[in-house]
Amino acid sequence: MASIFQGIGAATSLSSSASFDTKKLQFSSVRSLSGKRASCVVMRSGGVKMDSDSNRIGGRGDQLVTNAVATKADNPASSTASKPGHELLLFEALREGLEEEMERDARVCVMGEDVGHYGGSYKVTKGLAQKYGDLRVLDTPIAENSFTGMGIGAAMMGLRPIIEGMNMGFLLLAFNQISNNCGMLHYTSGGQFKIPVVIRGPGGVGRQLGAEHSQRLESYFQSIPGIQMVACSTPYNAKGLMKAAIRSDNPVILFEHVLLYNLKERIPDEEYVLNLEEAEMVRPGEHVTILTYSRMRYHVMQAAKTLVNKGYDPEVIDIRSLKPFDLYTIGNSIKKTHRVLIVEECMRTGGIGASLTAAITENFHDYLDAPIMCLSSQDVPTPYAGTLEEWTVVQPPQIVAAVEQLCR
Amino acid sequence: MSLSGAKIIQPLCIRYPDMPVISDQAANCNTTSTPFLGSTRTLRRIQSVSAAQRRPASAIVAVADVVKEKKLKSNKNHLLTKEEGLEVYEDMILGRVFEDMCAQMYYRGKMFGFVHLYNGQEAVSSGFIKLLKKEDSVVSTYRDHVHALSKGVPARAVMSELFGKTTGCCRGQGGSMHMFSAEHNVLGGFAFIGEGIPVATGAAFTSKYKREVLKEADCDHVTLAFFGDGTANNGQFFECLNMAALWKLPIVFVVENNLWAIGMSHLRATSDPEIWKKGPAFGMPGVHVDGMDVLKVREVAQEAIGRARRGEGPTLVECETYRFRGHSLADPDELRDPAEKARYAARDPITALKKYLIESKLASEAELKAIEKKIDEVVEDAVEFANESPVPSRSQLLENVFADPKGFGIGPDGRYRCEDPKFTQGTAQV
Repeated sequence: MASIFQGIGAATSLSSSASFDTKKLQFSSVRSLSGKRASCVVMRSGGVKMDSDSNRIGGRGDQLVTNAVATKADNPASSTASKPGHELLLFEALREGLEEEMERDARVCVMGEDVGHYGGSYKVTKGLAQKYGDLRVLDTPIAENSFTGMGIGAAMMGLRPIIEGMNMGFLLLAFNQISNNCGMLHYTSGGQFKIPVVIRGPGGVGRQLGAEHSQRLESYFQSIPGIQMVACSTPYNAKGLMKAAIRSDNPVILFEHVLLYNLKERIPDEEYVLNLEEAEMVRPGEHVTILTYSRMRYHVMQAAKTLVNKGYDPEVIDIRSLKPFDLYTIGNSIKKTHRVLIVEECMRTGGIGASLTAAITENFHDYLDAPIMCLSSQDVPTPYAGTLEEWTVVQPPQIVAAVEQLCR
Repeated sequence: MSLSGAKIIQPLCIRYPDMPVISDQAANCNTTSTPFLGSTRTLRRIQSVSAAQRRPASAIVAVADVVKEKKLKSNKNHLLTKEEGLEVYEDMILGRVFEDMCAQMYYRGKMFGFVHLYNGQEAVSSGFIKLLKKEDSVVSTYRDHVHALSKGVPARAVMSELFGKTTGCCRGQGGSMHMFSAEHNVLGGFAFIGEGIPVATGAAFTSKYKREVLKEADCDHVTLAFFGDGTANNGQFFECLNMAALWKLPIVFVVENNLWAIGMSHLRATSDPEIWKKGPAFGMPGVHVDGMDVLKVREVAQEAIGRARRGEGPTLVECETYRFRGHSLADPDELRDPAEKARYAARDPITALKKYLIESKLASEAELKAIEKKIDEVVEDAVEFANESPVPSRSQLLENVFADPKGFGIGPDGRYRCEDPKFTQGTAQV
């Protein structure tokens, strides 16, 4: 499974190139897009959006940064003021975002199994209990349904809890609370109580973790009205989405991926918050729109490298917001390329890709030159054996083949 | 006593229905810790007592003894003052009359769906909730009308909610099983049993958090979680007993044991039917009380709420009570023995309180009649108000799905869905 870290050109920060722990490869080839102006939107710490010419961009008024692949590593517009930023791993970025929010608002608290003294199963909460105390970073007994409900009750009374599922799969035990209370209480109470919780945890197919630890719950939760779902994929968007999720008054489920925690990237020093509802442009292109999220982004970017060598120009969008979909970014892309490929890790049946296909068909049917292709994981409980596991998820060669077929 | 129908082997500790748990008869008098509920260490004694030695259900002497020591009331002979007595009486009458009116309105087609009435259990609601402050929280189940009323939600708001009108406490969006009031700290109203208990635990957690982390030194808000005997077999119940005891949360778990979960008898569903015993298993006191006697309930409640307020942790209170009507208005109620129903009807808590108030000269017949008349008018007014209130318009459809409506996302035109003018009309595509 080390292959996922090869040939990944995505996830660039505004300043310098991304580097990865294992392979430390630079991907200038992906960036040598002829004739493309890097459209970099720089988010100043004051939250004002500027384009690369320092013209103010109006818009939603939210702090937004669109990650584009910089054409040149030393593009002056892409560096944020004079600070070069700092490098960290994805789990550290999550922790940084979490810590900043806890510092900022005393009502923000964390609860989950082993989040306190142990520091979190993936170390996202390391050191926080020592700093903020055992009540604010609460080690719970193994009772997902109840401590999720407890978080919801606390949120109703004014706190802003972050509930960690040690593995996303464990949240199946909390489904009662997530569906009934998280999603619905704001509505059934006639708007009297809000539930500003963040439910987060690692999910996705890992390295031979077995079927039950390799679940993708986004497909199960997506129908629940009243919740938002986002998936992070880079240290940059992990921190930004974590902060946005905490600040949001809606219940947000933040999906992290077990295999992405050690991604390294340079992120800005100054504070930034991303927009929960927006997608991220990873690589602008002309021929085909590839929509993806979480770990599959890296498979896509690896395939993109191959595709570029073959003469294709894929546009890669990390949809980030799994519910609701950012139909604006997606739509604009489809209007340009007329071909869509969805690459996801969810199962084929009823996954995010299935919903996305439906949404695109509904909204952008006229713009399509070919049927939407959706590559998902097999409808199979994830096997333990490495070879079988590899075949259940989408691999870069499949993506390359799909694009070739789409663009015929 | 209905539990004697089954042969119950006495377990490790004695528990007479109307007496507090005590280590031995003498120990309840002089103690630094609260004698009433004792501590878990007193519950380890092994003694077997046959069912024949149990006191009859109507003896209240032991509880009164404990109460007198604690000097809860200034009135040296009565368990509560006149004002308190009238307040409780009014609350119970309100609960009863309101629920009876609900039944009428349901059969007249004014409300629909599942409506669960509280007739017969008023002593529990009034006994507990009338001791709370406004900042204290109440969490209930689907049988929540009377809990909401006792906590202070106006009858008009509850009735409108039942009629599905926009003036209801939840704008007509919740219905019978989802009574919420932010102003009165009624945290629901839950349709699935057991799912409110973690929410109550969370509210209690917030109270502790406010005191210890946010340094609001005087925050001593207590949460009451009401639920039934069926719920006491549910995982969420046990998980929350554990967490509440572990962190000493200011919560009281109140089991309204009315012996029936729709058609399932408590004795057929539970390995050990004495629910109060599950408290000590988790490290909190467990108390059994006659839930048809509001004065006894009130005394137990006083102590349990006091414990929570003082930071001593949670209590599990099992109230033996009974619902005079079926599980819901759709329940034909054929399984319950008429003799059992008659026995409990004879113990009607309102009749009992009325008798007590008159016999102890705390109130006159006329005063009580005046209260009944007043409540009749309140409930009639509530019905009228609900009748005349408007139904929700289409614009309400999408409004409260998200606290932040940006959660509906960005549409193809680049604008947020909630910025679409059709959003406020309820016709936007989301």
